[in-house]
Amino acid sequence: MDLQNADCILIEGSNMAEAHPVGFQWVVEAKRRGATVIHVDPRFTRTSALADVHVPIRAGSDIAWLGGLVNHVLQHDLDFREYVVAYTNAANIIDGEFKDTEDLDGLFSGFDPETGHYDPLSWHYEPPEELSEDDRRHLREVEEDRASESSGEGHKKSHQAARSESHGSGGAPVLWKGRRDETLQHPRCVFQLLKRHFARYTPELVQEVCGIEPEQLRRVADALTGNSGRERTTAFCYAVGWTHHTTGAQMIRAAAILQTLLGNIGRPGGGILALRGHASIQGSTDIPTLFNILPGYLPMPQTSHQSLDEWVEADEGAAGFWGNVRPYAVSLLKSYWGDAATAGNDFCFDYLPRVTGDHSTYSTVKSQIEGGCKGYFLVGENPAVGSANGKMQRLGLANLDWLVVRDLQMIESATFWQDGPEIETGELVTEEIGTEVFFLPAASHVEKAGSFTQTQRMLQWRDKAVEPPGDARSELWFYVELGNRIRARLAGSSDEMDRPLLDLAWDYPYDEQGEPSGEQVLREINGTGPDGAALSAYTDLKADGTTACGCWIYCGVYAGEHNHARDRTPHWEQDVVASEWGWVWPANRRILYNRASAAPDGTPWSERKKYVWWDADADDGKGRWVGRDVPDFIPDRAPDFVPEPGANGPDAIGGQDPFIMQTDGKAWLFAPVGLADGPMPTHYEPPESPVRNPLYGQQNNPSRRKLDHPVNAINPSWSEVFPYVFTSYRLTEHHTAGAMSRTLPYLTELQPEPFCEVSPRLAAERGLEHLGWATIVTNRTAIEARVLVTDRLRSLRLGDRWVEQVGLPYHWGRNGITQGDSPNDLVNITMDPNVYIQDKVGTCDIRPGRRPRGAALMAYVEGYRRRSGIDLAHPEDGGADR
Amino acid sequence: MSLFSDIFSEGRLWGRLDDVTGDAGYDEHPPRMGFFTDTSVCIGCKACEVACKEWNEVPDDGYLLTGMSYDNTGALGASTWRHVAFVEKPFETVADRPPQGPPVTDLGMPGVGPPAREDTAAESGDGAMRWLMSSDVCKHCTHAGCLDVCPTGALFRTEFGTVVVQPDVCNGCGYCVAACPYGVIDLREGDGRAFKCTLCYDRLKEGQTPACAQACPTESIQFGEVSELRLRAANRLQELEDQGVDVARLYGADPDDGVGGDGAFFLLLDEPEVYGLPPDPVVPTRSLASVWKHVGYAAATVAGIGVASFLGRRRP
Repeated sequence: MDLQNADCILIEGSNMAEAHPVGFQWVVEAKRRGATVIHVDPRFTRTSALADVHVPIRAGSDIAWLGGLVNHVLQHDLDFREYVVAYTNAANIIDGEFKDTEDLDGLFSGFDPETGHYDPLSWHYEPPEELSEDDRRHLREVEEDRASESSGEGHKKSHQAARSESHGSGGAPVLWKGRRDETLQHPRCVFQLLKRHFARYTPELVQEVCGIEPEQLRRVADALTGNSGRERTTAFCYAVGWTHHTTGAQMIRAAAILQTLLGNIGRPGGGILALRGHASIQGSTDIPTLFNILPGYLPMPQTSHQSLDEWVEADEGAAGFWGNVRPYAVSLLKSYWGDAATAGNDFCFDYLPRVTGDHSTYSTVKSQIEGGCKGYFLVGENPAVGSANGKMQRLGLANLDWLVVRDLQMIESATFWQDGPEIETGELVTEEIGTEVFFLPAASHVEKAGSFTQTQRMLQWRDKAVEPPGDARSELWFYVELGNRIRARLAGSSDEMDRPLLDLAWDYPYDEQGEPSGEQVLREINGTGPDGAALSAYTDLKADGTTACGCWIYCGVYAGEHNHARDRTPHWEQDVVASEWGWVWPANRRILYNRASAAPDGTPWSERKKYVWWDADADDGKGRWVGRDVPDFIPDRAPDFVPEPGANGPDAIGGQDPFIMQTDGKAWLFAPVGLADGPMPTHYEPPESPVRNPLYGQQNNPSRRKLDHPVNAINPSWSEVFPYVFTSYRLTEHHTAGAMSRTLPYLTELQPEPFCEVSPRLAAERGLEHLGWATIVTNRTAIEARVLVTDRLRSLRLGDRWVEQVGLPYHWGRNGITQGDSPNDLVNITMDPNVYIQDKVGTCDIRPGRRPRGAALMAYVEGYRRRSGIDLAHPEDGGADR
Repeated sequence: MSLFSDIFSEGRLWGRLDDVTGDAGYDEHPPRMGFFTDTSVCIGCKACEVACKEWNEVPDDGYLLTGMSYDNTGALGASTWRHVAFVEKPFETVADRPPQGPPVTDLGMPGVGPPAREDTAAESGDGAMRWLMSSDVCKHCTHAGCLDVCPTGALFRTEFGTVVVQPDVCNGCGYCVAACPYGVIDLREGDGRAFKCTLCYDRLKEGQTPACAQACPTESIQFGEVSELRLRAANRLQELEDQGVDVARLYGADPDDGVGGDGAFFLLLDEPEVYGLPPDPVVPTRSLASVWKHVGYAAATVAGIGVASFLGRRRP
């Protein structure tokens, strides 16, 4: 909603109008108020149609483009210098051992070519001049690590792979706040390193990599810089067009650097909005369905953690609010195991499972194919259509002992065994598939009460509108019932292995309709105090076991025994931030890090962008942060407060440290730790690309995660056999993998068939006819689709060559009112090393006509594999070491 | 004679008519209600099409990929009461214009086969094209041709000034289809009767907003009193002009146009033809007086000829 306050909005890596039409109303409102809207996207979409400027870009080249903007800002001194000096780590001096990609032809220091991992030791802040006892200890550890590394003893465990999967919402902790040069002149200060790193990203290079003309770069740079500073703010919006890349986390880092340099974080109409994939995807990371985090972004314990103390050690006591991790952790354990969790048994810490390695979705699929994973729950997920490399997904499903599918419709992931593409080709034979499939009909969102947490971190409650049909039941009912039945089965067991289940605080009574109460669960998530009453703030959480809380960041949603997610005061009856509509974590705070909306001295940057400020007269002259939102700062911490040396936790937050979840309180232009693939973003080509990386000899992200399997064969880069780029996407008319839309007449008629979109130039080059058929081929498989020839797909000029992109909406499969091939069958699995997400961009060939049927399809693809010269011993490398 | 002149005078069958509802015979009535569809903020999500069908239980219209951009429902009809048009249109740059003569209005219809302008589209960046979207609907005309010609009374003017067809009265004669200057109302195949937008008459009677306007996420479809909507439309046009948008224009908002102004009118960003709308719609009954006059002349002439021929026959 705060988007309406922006003076400029840059939407990139997102087709917001089509995929988030309801949220897009705030962009329309901002535009109505005079904001400039810019859309950077490979295609001219419904978002571009409403934007003031559309910039066509080659899919996957966003870091080069954003780097060009960063370079423009730095070369012309257009950064918001006062903000940058005070609130970011621009002034921090980096370790003398650090080497940039400029020095190592595309690698940072610390790369191990054997493992593909970085050791981030040399990316550290230089230690402070006056060392505290803690600093001395850290310094000794660093020196020991360096010594063991040089003596070939290998890395100390804690530094391997930068532990990108093991820290929570606060980012990785730094060892010390470090030395700073606030003149920004020191050659090793972050500001100078950044300037040097991005100096290569000239307008000419941007043109060569992205296909964007220098004039367009300048125009967008002018819009961004002209709408940033004291008086104005710019907001960014992104979605899976940034996250689904082998460099996805770094694309978002590049945007964060740009927005931080421009002073647009923590201010109204600023920020970077991550548009989530569908309802409550934000909720499913807050209370996660991910393997490596627990509710509230607590890290999942590692096998090395033998006790609660060891688990919280890395974060506890560090500066900032994340230093308070122990009360959050203990309260979570109390909510899981209730009375069974005591100080004497470490609050049942040993009952928590431990992470033994990468158990992300694609690793799990590989494990299924190899026989390691035997059972699988699919709940509101249709990987046979919606996930990358559909063939791998289906081969995995076909090799299970059991599969539970809970869905609204009979989806392809439940019927792959009778009519999937591999049955057609003969790769799978129905009679030989051993997977026992249990299909359980699920209640839809209008058939059950519950909350959604949306992209703005807002929880919104919805009541049940109608009864679910037939046997369809809610997820809540299903899991409560499953728990009840398993616990009944195990009752009386003396096996220690069963204690975690038997000791669970698992008491969910059913109402007259036979449904457990969702509000009771929300109250449990909110947390309760020693008297059993609902808590009102996470600052009330205790480490002594007297409080229980299912997700510390949600603490307060049930304050005063009232379901605030259900608050619905209309905007004309309340304050300007609409604080009585829903509830936003944390603490119903609408904008995070909003201390940064005031200047270092605590006064608003400008009257126009006034939001949170220091009122020195409040509380009888003691002073207090006040404003339009809940201040995201210690309420009475004065702007001139300087922490005592050696202070810990919130006590270590200075009056000018707005980023209170960071151990140094600053926004990171340079990430000294925490990322698996470098402290600054660098453009690498997608794993499949028609062009060479013009920046460095290093073609691809060196630490990308590969998935080696013959059906995941990567197209060699620069291959003439696969000369075109393809990118997949959604249409407004359909929902993700299609189960909720391909099955409904009113939605199916709006986009009735799978199609591909091509430019007139590509159509002429390959003889494709409007509304005719095309076959799109990769080394995974080939699919067919009808052709739309349209100017909305642009031919891009990169240096002296053209690059063509094929657009593929991915919604279709073999079930539903209308059927067709699934474009995700073309997508390869090569992952970002931080978050294990695939790259949505690949290369392909496209030919007029329908694809071969049956076994002939396999022979057809085999021909492409042979001609592209793929090395079948290492198909995951694309036939060459790049 | 006075009755004749009253019926055919301006205001009853054509021209300005300020109280269409009162004119239809309602003494006490609520204000005239309608739509203002501001296409400058339409994002082509088609939520209006779906909400309309859901609420009014309109059947699907078949599963046909038309190739007309993202428009697969084609046009308004018996089973499509809201229709979102998608027009892919190159900007009219100097290069796009023919060497001589005035600029040609491009209807934005996609051609078959590879278009010719391959390099200009590629190189011209953000200035290359526009993608116009507009949610079309029954105009609920001040002078509704469909209503005027309906022989059964199935079509009637509601107390809200809207025009509604009653399926249980309609006999499927199809006169209304030919009488609509916009081509909105149509007979449903396999059913035979005429259907069109009711402006959610049932919802209006409950004080609710029509389903399409309720579902629109960007307030492109605005529902309200026609007199107030006309002010809103004029303000929006001014706002856009102030922002430098010089292509915006109102369509159907003028009470002096050929249908006496529409109850559902539009802000467009191009010529009406580009969106598939008639540039100057005229209610067929506008010609009724002159038709009758001509019929009179014709009748007199025929009678005269008849008499003449009769006389002539007598001549020998």
